[in-house]
Amino acid sequence: MGKIEWAMWANEQALASGLILLTGGIVGVAGQFRGWQFAAYAVAAGVFVCLLEYPRSKRSKGTSVERSGQYCFTVCVKAFGPLTRNYYVRAFLHAAICVPGGFMLATVLGCVCLGIASLIYLVAAIRGEHWEPILPRKEVRKPITESIKNPPQNPPPRPPAEIRRKRVDDLEGAAYDNPISVTDNE
Amino acid sequence: MCFIIFKYHHKSCCFEPFFRKLLALSWARAPAACLNFNCMLILLPVCRNLLTLLRGSIQCCSRTAARQLDRNLTFHKLVAYMIAFHTAVHIVAHLFNFEYFMDAQLNRNSSLLPFILSEIGTGDNASFLNPIRSNETNPTIVMFTTIAGLTGVAITLALILIITSSMEVIRRSYFEVFWYTHHLFVIFFIGLVFHGFGRIVRGQTAASLKTNIPDVCADQFEDWGTNGSNCAVPEFAGNPPMTWKWVVGPMILYVCERLVRIYRSHQKVVITKVVMHPSKTLELQMKRKGFHMEVGQYVFIQCPSVSRLEWHPFTLTSAPEEDYFSAHIRIVGDWTQALYEACVGDKTEPQEAWKLPRLAIDGPFGTASEDVFRYEVVMLVGAGIGVTPFASILKSVWYKRIQNNQDVFTKKIYFYWLCPETEAFEWFADLLQSLEGQMTEKGMTDFLSYNIYLTRWKETEAAHFRVHHEAENDPITGLKQKTLYGKPNWDNEFTNIESKHPGTKAGVFLCGPPALGKSLEKQCLSHSEADVKFIFNKENF
Repeated sequence: MGKIEWAMWANEQALASGLILLTGGIVGVAGQFRGWQFAAYAVAAGVFVCLLEYPRSKRSKGTSVERSGQYCFTVCVKAFGPLTRNYYVRAFLHAAICVPGGFMLATVLGCVCLGIASLIYLVAAIRGEHWEPILPRKEVRKPITESIKNPPQNPPPRPPAEIRRKRVDDLEGAAYDNPISVTDNE
Repeated sequence: MCFIIFKYHHKSCCFEPFFRKLLALSWARAPAACLNFNCMLILLPVCRNLLTLLRGSIQCCSRTAARQLDRNLTFHKLVAYMIAFHTAVHIVAHLFNFEYFMDAQLNRNSSLLPFILSEIGTGDNASFLNPIRSNETNPTIVMFTTIAGLTGVAITLALILIITSSMEVIRRSYFEVFWYTHHLFVIFFIGLVFHGFGRIVRGQTAASLKTNIPDVCADQFEDWGTNGSNCAVPEFAGNPPMTWKWVVGPMILYVCERLVRIYRSHQKVVITKVVMHPSKTLELQMKRKGFHMEVGQYVFIQCPSVSRLEWHPFTLTSAPEEDYFSAHIRIVGDWTQALYEACVGDKTEPQEAWKLPRLAIDGPFGTASEDVFRYEVVMLVGAGIGVTPFASILKSVWYKRIQNNQDVFTKKIYFYWLCPETEAFEWFADLLQSLEGQMTEKGMTDFLSYNIYLTRWKETEAAHFRVHHEAENDPITGLKQKTLYGKPNWDNEFTNIESKHPGTKAGVFLCGPPALGKSLEKQCLSHSEADVKFIFNKENF
């Protein structure tokens, strides 16, 4: 737990609003309601908002949890640079998008929810948050530390093979001392 | 259950067939009925005190039933999903309804039944059917000028805000946002109760049904009320609101629940000792008059000087046999940090007792760990900080078996502690060390068999372990039992226990991540053959 990053909640709210706007729009168009043009707009706006909000931002503190399959969306959103990075832009964008939804009953709910999301984004922007893409971490190859020395070129010094051969009948005589003492490499 | 209610309403909305002729109202009324049912249910799983009471009384009858009460949060979430779904269906249906109502007013043609029906009651404004009374309005305006519409908008907004702030990401990271936004449920329930007060759904009055039988008269709508027709003009009245009947019971129960919590919060809690453990763990030892706990229970702690509204859950780490109760609190967020500063701050010399902050305790609330002593063989698995409830159990074991030499039903405890880092060992390792010492003294070393697994380590640490491999005491914990590295092979462990204890019921208790829970549950099921039964209990916050 840490200090609240309002953008995270704004993101959830905006994604939900996008879905609600989309649903309202589909209902309006499918039912051929009066003002169905607003509903058609709502479908497009809903899709756009969902695409924009799907990739989660990287948290400034703590681990970020990606949504599944968000990488391609991250790349698209990242391509717009400062437009998508800045939350003031997002706040005003959502406020502008939601207005036409208020003209038709089917899309009014999406409009209000998106308005709320826009307000939360405004709070996030005032607090200085911004959108960071979650990119896969490049594998940092750890440089080979100095503790791994060059492997030995020669086999360890050993007595000739006849003495080394296992003599089961005379185990005591088969034991030998290493000519060079073995120490732990610290 | 909801599906049955849905089908019932959809098929037999027989008391206003004219509504049916006007539109598909049943599509809105059916989810409304389901919503009544679900909103009744949603308050019940969060009445913690009620559940603990129920749990205690059911325990004597059936342990399985009592264990279902441990899943109260899952049930709450499930009901919440249902509410969201039914709300969506309800709203979509009403969108169509509004559109048809509007159409009925706009297509002012006397040869259309919907128009004739809409004209009824224009004079006295009482016996009307169509809630949209004129053709100079539009659905949005109607929505904002009717009680049902306004309350509908308010409660839907409240519901959406509650849902978006309850997403796992927000809940786990910013509990405060989740908790405060969740209180919008007050608006939700008030709005829900008043949603039907405008009596906007109309039904044909009983008196009118005698003079105008819908099945017969529907086709003769052009002759209603004229001489020679046996159909009078139908009259309609609003249906009385029904929702309050469903939700008033649970609302009262919930209010009682909150009152109990408030009462408990005013009981005096005294901090008797504050201990600062390594790796940012604060131990608070407290006393409260009349406090009685069982093993593995948890309490909610509130510190008014830090925050008046926040209650945070902590597992009790003391045993019932001790004269105080304690909680080990990890300092990870705002509230815990502020609590630390209020209790300890930077002071190094002992604090005066009256300088310590006042606390309020709600609880204790029971969870699955209470059942530990009912099993002959017990497997306790704790991951990281999840080992906390087991501290209470082990201490209680120590007191019962070793100090009082009571005969406990539990004969053998297998304890597994999975930890990603060495820092988290300290206070618990102390406990294990003292237990180890006591057990060796009394010659009861085989009562408790514990295994500590270090699941992650750094290169430098690994070198240290390698070198000290042959030491008598473990290099990390100082215990005689060596720390094992990596994750345990559960299959082996279960098979081992199975072979050592044939013909018994073994309880498996876990406090840890869900993934581990799933794998343990699978192991329990696969190893529960004829003679040994493994029963899985999971604890979660």
